[in-house]
Amino acid sequence: MSAVQAKTFKWASASDIPSWDIHSQNNALGSGVHAAVYETLFYYNAKFEVEPILATGSQQVSPTQLRVTLRKGVKFHDGADFNADDAVYSLNRAMEKTSNYGVFTQGIDKVVKVDDYTIDIITKGPNPVLLRQLTELRMMDKEWSEKNKSTVPMDLKSKEENYAHRHANGTGPFMLKSWDQDVRMVLTKNPNWWGKASGNVTEIVYTPIKSEATRIAALLSGEVDFVLDPSPADLARLRSNPALKVVDGVENRTIFFGMDQFREELPGSNIKGKNPLKDVRVRRALYQAIDATAIQKNTMRGLSQPTGTLIPPQANGWTKKADVRLPYDVAGAKKLLADAGYPNGFEVDFACPNNRYINDEEICQAVTAMWARIGVKAKLRTLPLVTYFPMIQRYEASIYMLGWGVPTFDALYSLQSLVRTVGAQGDGNYNVGRYSNPKLDALIERIKKEIDQTNRNQLIEQALLLSGEEVTHIPLHNQVIPWAMKKNIEVVHRADNRVDMRTVKVN
Amino acid sequence: MLVFILRRLLQAVIVMLTVAFIAFTLFQFVGDPVTNLLGQDATPEDRARLRSDLGLDQPFPVQFARFVGNAVQGEFGISLRQGRKVSSLIAERFPATLELSMVAGVLALVVGIPMGVYTALRRGSFLSQVLLTLSLLGVSLPTFLIGILLILVFSVTLGWLPSFGRGETVALGSWSTGFLTADGWKHLILPSITLAIFQLTLIMRIVRAEMLEVLRTDYIKFARARGLSDRAVHFGHALKNTLVPVITITGLQIGSLIAFAIITETVFQWPGMGLLFIQAVTFADIPVMAAYLCLIALLFVLINLVVDLLYFAVDPRLRANKPQGAH
Repeated sequence: MSAVQAKTFKWASASDIPSWDIHSQNNALGSGVHAAVYETLFYYNAKFEVEPILATGSQQVSPTQLRVTLRKGVKFHDGADFNADDAVYSLNRAMEKTSNYGVFTQGIDKVVKVDDYTIDIITKGPNPVLLRQLTELRMMDKEWSEKNKSTVPMDLKSKEENYAHRHANGTGPFMLKSWDQDVRMVLTKNPNWWGKASGNVTEIVYTPIKSEATRIAALLSGEVDFVLDPSPADLARLRSNPALKVVDGVENRTIFFGMDQFREELPGSNIKGKNPLKDVRVRRALYQAIDATAIQKNTMRGLSQPTGTLIPPQANGWTKKADVRLPYDVAGAKKLLADAGYPNGFEVDFACPNNRYINDEEICQAVTAMWARIGVKAKLRTLPLVTYFPMIQRYEASIYMLGWGVPTFDALYSLQSLVRTVGAQGDGNYNVGRYSNPKLDALIERIKKEIDQTNRNQLIEQALLLSGEEVTHIPLHNQVIPWAMKKNIEVVHRADNRVDMRTVKVN
Repeated sequence: MLVFILRRLLQAVIVMLTVAFIAFTLFQFVGDPVTNLLGQDATPEDRARLRSDLGLDQPFPVQFARFVGNAVQGEFGISLRQGRKVSSLIAERFPATLELSMVAGVLALVVGIPMGVYTALRRGSFLSQVLLTLSLLGVSLPTFLIGILLILVFSVTLGWLPSFGRGETVALGSWSTGFLTADGWKHLILPSITLAIFQLTLIMRIVRAEMLEVLRTDYIKFARARGLSDRAVHFGHALKNTLVPVITITGLQIGSLIAFAIITETVFQWPGMGLLFIQAVTFADIPVMAAYLCLIALLFVLINLVVDLLYFAVDPRLRANKPQGAH
């Protein structure tokens, strides 16, 4: 590697990753950074189709047994071979009690070594999304972590720090050279990587910069090449700067409003003895009173894609038919309210986060004004995310805003969390309006087990259409995320908001 | 003397406990780190399990008692955000904050005192008017705005100085210093000016007021009458007496410099304790917040204790009747 070819890619975003332990915290930024160093058996390509990485293929031996063949000749950064022992070990590590990746090991019963380059994954039942789950389960070297006493993910109760928390040894295109948390992280190119990168980066320097203004200043002054999360307010200026460019792309995250459809009476409402949100006509009225296009134009300055369903277009199971918004219709909404017995509207609690989604607070203010036109007095309160999420999880909000990303790129992930009746094992874990519909539940249970792709996608469409008809939620838009960078940087924008380091070019 | 010290120490302990209690009461409203730790996909069972693992489901008095019990032994637990011992995190961050505060303090004194003296001696001159106007700006502009303005001018427009971070540091044992590299000094310039400006203007105005006061006293008139040169009068007699209150103020300001570093550190991504604290707040990282607040309280308590003891040593009147904090 001559010095002439050395290409450093310097990038920044607001916070640092929590840990280098690949099963420690399930954090979006962390997973994206880990992907450059640690690899998974399967991963998404640019079109979000699942492709084999450290695997070479898979075969469903029986409905509950998946045989995965592993790539030969792959070496970890310390020179050790990658083989079935490591794969079995890594998947088991993700299933440990202290792992926060349990959601991606859901349904796995056990992992068995067949020979040095073959493993069997035995599931508790048929699991159509198993390969998608595997895209988040990274591979670690068994010997390395045993030698360094890091066989279980970091336990926050212990007094001991885990070696894997600050050191890394993966098979990926980049190696961790140094990490000073909250200050600077340096990755260097792995010369022995088995794959072929389309990018040309030899060194990656990541510096978290918390202050929005400073982050943009660092880009303008040339101290960094790339900012993952420029503030919406700065975009116009960045776009007009000849030295920079802004690349937008749709995120796999849908923003919507949920409603309390469980309580008999809403706290803080002037309607006593009944819950207006249980009436589908009221929910439809609230939906049709929202002008999503106006929000897209004025509040979001074009950075949103209005949607009529709960999943983004990149997710498996999305169809055009399911993604049709009810028309914006103030007169119709008023009539629906009158039919439901609320000709003068009603008062209702309305909660939003103020530092989680793009322009979250401004969106809610706009929606509050739109609802006022049909007589609904939404009493808006906004909270920072650390207090907002626990609050809605305690079911304390009558109407709430939520944004839902889909790491598995499959509709089941959203349907199970948002629409399914609250239950065990992640059923309805963010159904904080406690909506419950046996018909939808039955559909979702079938989607969980149906292996045939065509049948399964039909079931998904049915479920999405039913959810739309019932107005289980009020969908608003899919987020569009801008990335800001110097003119000479080429990246592939991904809907999961991850920079795929294999594809970065510094010209 | 001994009774006085013991009484002061007892007061210090009470102050520390009060701070810990108030801090802990605040944490009940700061939110919940569990969502951050587990990501959006966690099941309610997972969340409940982690909450009880971390002891967050315990009643308030139990949590508080456990915290005080551990804190007395110097044990502040593990940072939830970073998965590392809080004590070692703070030890790592302390050098950055201390160096920044030191440079800012020195800057405030070295620039503030001469400016104060000048504006006192050359009252009404054009330059004095300019300096006084600037000092008004310095007192009234918020720190983050000063920081951003400096970044805009010196990093973005001129491209002379870095806009963030500490640059290259050298490890001396467990201490990391930016004093030994050119890069480190370059990174120090903007944040230290930002942090110094408020203190600088404060010192300048105090020196000016004191100096004007002293110049009106009898012994200065007497010194002039003896035919001493202006220079000898101003710098020999007047300045010496001016500096006594300045030294007191400076001592008390050391604490503020370290505490106020939070804003400057956030603007410049300066990896000190203040930045650590702010990041802990956005994550609801309770162990780090608690440790930081207790540490800052301890710092103020110690500084005040030292100042009081110095007064006690210097001022004989305090020893005669009942001791009071000399403020």
